[in-house]
Order: sequence, then C-alpha cells, then structure tokens
Amino acid sequence: MKAVCWHGSQDVRVDTVPDPKILNPHDAIIKVTSTAICGSDLHLYDGYIPTMQSGDILGHEFMGEVVETGPEVTNLKQGDRVVVPFTISCGNCFFCNRDLWSLCDNTNTNAWMAEKFYGHSPAGLFGYSHLLGGYAGGQAEYVRVPFANVGPLKVPDGLSDEQVLFLTDIFPTGYMAAENCDIQPGEVVAVWGCGPVGQFAIRSAMMLGAERVIAIDRIPERLALAEAAGAEIINYEEMDAGVALKEMTGGIGPDCCIDAVGMEAHGTGAMALYDTVKQAVRMETGRAMVLRQAIVACRKGGKVSVPGVYGGFIDKMPMGAFVNKGLTMRSGQTHVHKYLRPLLERIRNGDIDPTFLITHRLPLEEAPHAYKIFRDKEENCIKVVLKPFATTPELAGAAT
Amino acid sequence: MENAMSTQTPASKQAGDLERWASIIGGGAMVLTGLQRRSLKGILTAIAGGGLVYQGTQGKSTLKQVEDAAGLDHAIRVEKTVTINRPAADLYAFWRDLTNLPTFMRHLQSVQVIDDRTSHWVANAPLGQAIEWDAVIVNDEPNHLIAWTSTDDAPIENSGFVRFRPSAGDRGTEVKVVMEYQPPGGMLGTAIAKLFGEEPEQQIGDELHRFKQLMEAGEIATIEGQPKGG
Ligand SMILES: NC(=O)c1ccc[n+]([C@@H]2O[C@H](COP(=O)([O-])OP(=O)(O)OC[C@H]3O[C@@H](n4cnc5c(N)ncnc54)[C@H](O)[C@@H]3O)[C@@H](O)[C@H]2O)c1
Ligand SMILES: [Zn+2]
Ligand SMILES: [Zn+2]
Repeated sequence: MKAVCWHGSQDVRVDTVPDPKILNPHDAIIKVTSTAICGSDLHLYDGYIPTMQSGDILGHEFMGEVVETGPEVTNLKQGDRVVVPFTISCGNCFFCNRDLWSLCDNTNTNAWMAEKFYGHSPAGLFGYSHLLGGYAGGQAEYVRVPFANVGPLKVPDGLSDEQVLFLTDIFPTGYMAAENCDIQPGEVVAVWGCGPVGQFAIRSAMMLGAERVIAIDRIPERLALAEAAGAEIINYEEMDAGVALKEMTGGIGPDCCIDAVGMEAHGTGAMALYDTVKQAVRMETGRAMVLRQAIVACRKGGKVSVPGVYGGFIDKMPMGAFVNKGLTMRSGQTHVHKYLRPLLERIRNGDIDPTFLITHRLPLEEAPHAYKIFRDKEENCIKVVLKPFATTPELAGAAT
Repeated sequence: MENAMSTQTPASKQAGDLERWASIIGGGAMVLTGLQRRSLKGILTAIAGGGLVYQGTQGKSTLKQVEDAAGLDHAIRVEKTVTINRPAADLYAFWRDLTNLPTFMRHLQSVQVIDDRTSHWVANAPLGQAIEWDAVIVNDEPNHLIAWTSTDDAPIENSGFVRFRPSAGDRGTEVKVVMEYQPPGGMLGTAIAKLFGEEPEQQIGDELHRFKQLMEAGEIATIEGQPKGG
C-alpha cells in the first residue's frame, strides 16, 4: 500500500510499504477514505518530537471502512464506516474507567521510555513517535487499529466524511480546551492561535456560554475565519497582544486563556529570539512565548487551558505570576473517546458544521506538498484532507 | 551446635525480626531499603521456615549468612510495583500457574511445573543459547504472596517474591516484585547479566507492565510486524 512516511526533519515521502496485518486479537484493519494533517504533525515534520524513526508512517486523524477484524472484535464488522480517535485506549484501566482516555495505562508499547521522560506513561497515539508507542499512522491506504471495540465510532448514515472526520482529534481538542476553562456566564475567553485547534476552541467556547471570545494570530485568512465565527481579533504583529487584551477587557484581563499554539509559537522581540536560539540548539524543547503571555495576560484567579502541545522543557515559566495571581492551569492530550458521541450529536443537530475549516482536498501522493503549504501557510492553507482512494473528479467535486 | 548457639540472638529477638521482615514484605514501603544488607534469599527462606532466621532452612551457619550478605556487593537486586485493576485472587491465580509466566516475561522460553513446589525454568541467553535452572517455591500464601528461590545447583542463584495487596481506593491490586540474583564470575556471568538486560530494573518493570496489560486489557500492546517505509 501507499503511506506517508517520515524520513527526517522536513522530509516526508509517500512510500510503498506492506499492508498492515492483524497483530492482536482486538485489532481491526481500516481502509482509509479520509485523513487529515494536523498541527501536531508539524512538530514531527519540524523534528521537535524525539524518537521518530526513518520510515515511520504518519497520521492520527483518519476514518474509513472496516475491512478485517481480529477474533475478539465484537463491536465492528466488515463494511462499517468509522471515525477513529487519535488516542489508543484499552477501555479497562483506572484511567479509561474515569474518562481520562489519553492517559490509558496499557497502550504505550514503550511505556518505559515515556516513564523516563515524564515519570509516567500516557496512552499510545497513532503516528506520533516511539515515545508514544510507535504505532503506524493513518496517512495511508490502510491502517491497523488496536482495541477496536473501544475506539472507533460508527458513523450514522447521511453524514459525509468531511462532516465527521475532525471528531478524530481537533474538534474534541478545541472543545476540551474550552471545557477545561470551566466557562461561567459573562466570561471572556482569549484564544491564542487560529489554526484548526484554535478555530474549534473559539466555536466551542461560544457553545459553552462565553460572552466574548478574543482570537489572536497573525495570518489574515485565519483571523478572518475567527471573525466569521463571531470572535473579536488581535493581529499580534500589529500590536502587543498582552497590552491589547488588557485594553479590550477593561484592564481586568481575560477570565480564560487558551494556548492553542504550543511549542512552535512564533514571536517578536527579545524573548522570541532567546527561545528560537535555545530551541535550535536543543537546550529548550519548546518556544513558550504564548504560554508565558497567556499567564501574564490572564485575570487574577483566572484559568489557563493548554491544548497546544509541549514535548519537553520550556524556559522562563512565569511561575511568580501564576502563583501570585492564583491561576489554575489544565492541559492534556485530548480524551477523544469521551467527546465522540456528544460532539457527533452537535454535528447532527446543526450546532456546528466542521467542514468550514477545509481548504485543501488532495490525493495521498501530494502529502509532501501538503505538509509544506500547511506549515508555511501558503495557498491560504488552513486544513488539508487527504483522500487515498478518491478519483481526481471526486477531489475536484468535493472542493466546490 | 553448642558453639553455634552461643553466637545467635535470643529467640524472642529472632521472632521480633521475623515479624518486622514479614511486615516489610507485606507493607507499603520499599522492601530492599528495609532489608538493607540482608540477603533476600535468607529472609525468604527464614520466613518460610518460621524462625530459623540465622541458620536458614538449609542449615547454613551464622558465618555463612554473613558471607551471603557480603556477596551482595555483586548481587543484582530489583524492586518494582505496579497497580492492576483486578482482584488479587485473579492475579495470584494467573501467576501461580507458573507456565503462564513466559507469556509476559520475554526472557523466558518456558517454565515447566514438576510438582507443587518445584519447577524447571528455561531462559533465552545470547547467541541462541538457553540457560536452565530449577526453582522451589518457599512460600505460598494464596492471593497474597509467592516466594521462590533457585536450587543449589542453579547456574545463577536467584530468589524473589511477588506480592499482591489491595490498593487504596478502588484501584485494584498493588503487585510488587522483588528479585535478587547473583551472577557467577567469568564468561557465564557476563552472559547472564545480558540475559537480565543492561537495566534489570527496566526489564522487570516492562514484564510487570506486560502482566498488567494482559490482565487489564486482555492483550499485550505491540507494534511488531507493522508496516514501515524504507
Ligand atoms: N492536546 C491535544 O490533544 C492536541 C490535539 C491536536 C493538536 N494539538 C496542538 O494544538 C496546537 C495547534 O494545532 P493546529 O492544528 O491548530 O496547528 P497550526 O500550526 O495550524 O496552528 C497554530 C497557529 O498558531 C499561530 N501562532 C503562532 N505563534 C503565535 C503567537 N505567538 N500568538 C498567536 N498565535 C500564534 C499560527 O500562526 C497558527 O495559525 C499544536 O501545538 C498541536 O500540536 C493538541
Ligand atoms: Zn491532530
Ligand atoms: Zn486504558
């Protein structure tokens, strides 16, 4: 089959590899009909996540059709159309039982490695380094899905791939980011980053009752999309986002601050230069401009929510501001399983139509190009969906 | 005998020590720290023997006990605990059928049960070799503890125990493994050191983790055999 493989920093290729096989009794094999590229993939693409190996198959946002099931798979059968959470969860451990699916104890094949880095191991993830299990990802024609009784959700008839694909990650991620703010009536939510995660965080904050949402980025088309959802916007290249937030909130600061950017934040000024240099020589693994700014901007007693991914260490954490302003911070890889059904319901009842995000529909072969334009924000790229089995007219048709 | 007796501690002190060790093994603290320079083998056999602490069940003299302790400089001692979301009885039952062990202990080829106490172990050694030994269960407390030690003719002296203890809250069972082995000198010693890995702590941790996966999730997570680009 064809698969998108990582070969090094900014080097992804479409390779021909063997088809996946059932390896464990709870496995299923899925024929991938749609798969997306995520901001998290860019951290791999840019070489900031350790323990990638040349040839690793990328991709954690995918859906498709069940073609084979292991002997202990009882929930699925051949031909079922499913979306698959990017987190792999066993369904039986302490964490799965408490809806903390991304913290599953039993799915990271390299738990010992993660324990060395983090003290404890989180769940295995599709296509996201050997530190997190080394599972082959879904930017491929076929993919093996472990614990198929637990993760995949059958898609009801009448919903297209594009309507439900983002249930695999970014819609739940934006939603959990907003939920982690525990938004109260009348509250103001600031969202750093208007990429896919930021866009869903903005819309989720509104669904969860935010009175105002202020979105921060510098890319015009992304800011425009945030504005279209009803957010007020700040272009951080035109003004200091921290100052602007204070002015826009009567000097109080936003009640809730969401870092939907993560460790590759882009910035201006001396601190940004400091981070860029340290990250380049690997003395610091994240450029934490946004997280620092969010903590300083947040109102006293406010809430900081961090869906943005950090892999290792950051410098100059403003712990003084955090402590003395009595802030609360919440984070995590998304507990996707918890959100699948409620958010599917939101799509069905018309609360949201996730297709607003898609700017590019491409065949799998064009993945190297797609990674590049998504990373460099060329061609107004916001979200790419790859369709491994679509014909050219289908891709053209879907784009209209 | 007269002579040996004179160097021993009074019986009441022995009983007190025994109680203390039993409670260390059954309790929540670090076992190896508690045992310090006592040999695990000595303690396990003593507890099993119900009081013959300083002579051990095999009738070792006090002097020999001290020598055992001195040898600990070369011993590899590991302690690892994992919490498994299953009742102790299930976990004990799976482990007590020693033939199940190779399903989650990668370095083992097979364990053959000879009788209720004795078993024969075959482990993979480097270069396609195998090493074999017999082990006896010296303590078997259903749903709580299994302790074993290798027989005297084993090429590698090893002892250990696995202990099952209900955990706080409704989290299931704390499973603790403590092991001690004495690699012999020379080539064989090097080979055996490899057998238990560069980092025995990590290897035992991995094995316990696989045991947990099997017990909780019904399978051991793997990526062996999945596709990869060239
Ligand atoms: N927690 C999870 O489970 C989870 C899941 C998916 C993605 N993520 C993470 O969320 C983050 C965003 O993902 P995405 O797909 O939206 O990525 P993306 O790269 O498309 O979006 C990031 C956006 O942040 C903007 N940005 C950069 N620096 C900024 C700054 N200083 N201030 C304001 N905006 C800035 C960029 O212009 C870009 O629009 C990534 O770190 C990704 O790894 C986390
Ligand atoms: Zn993603
Ligand atoms: Zn689990």
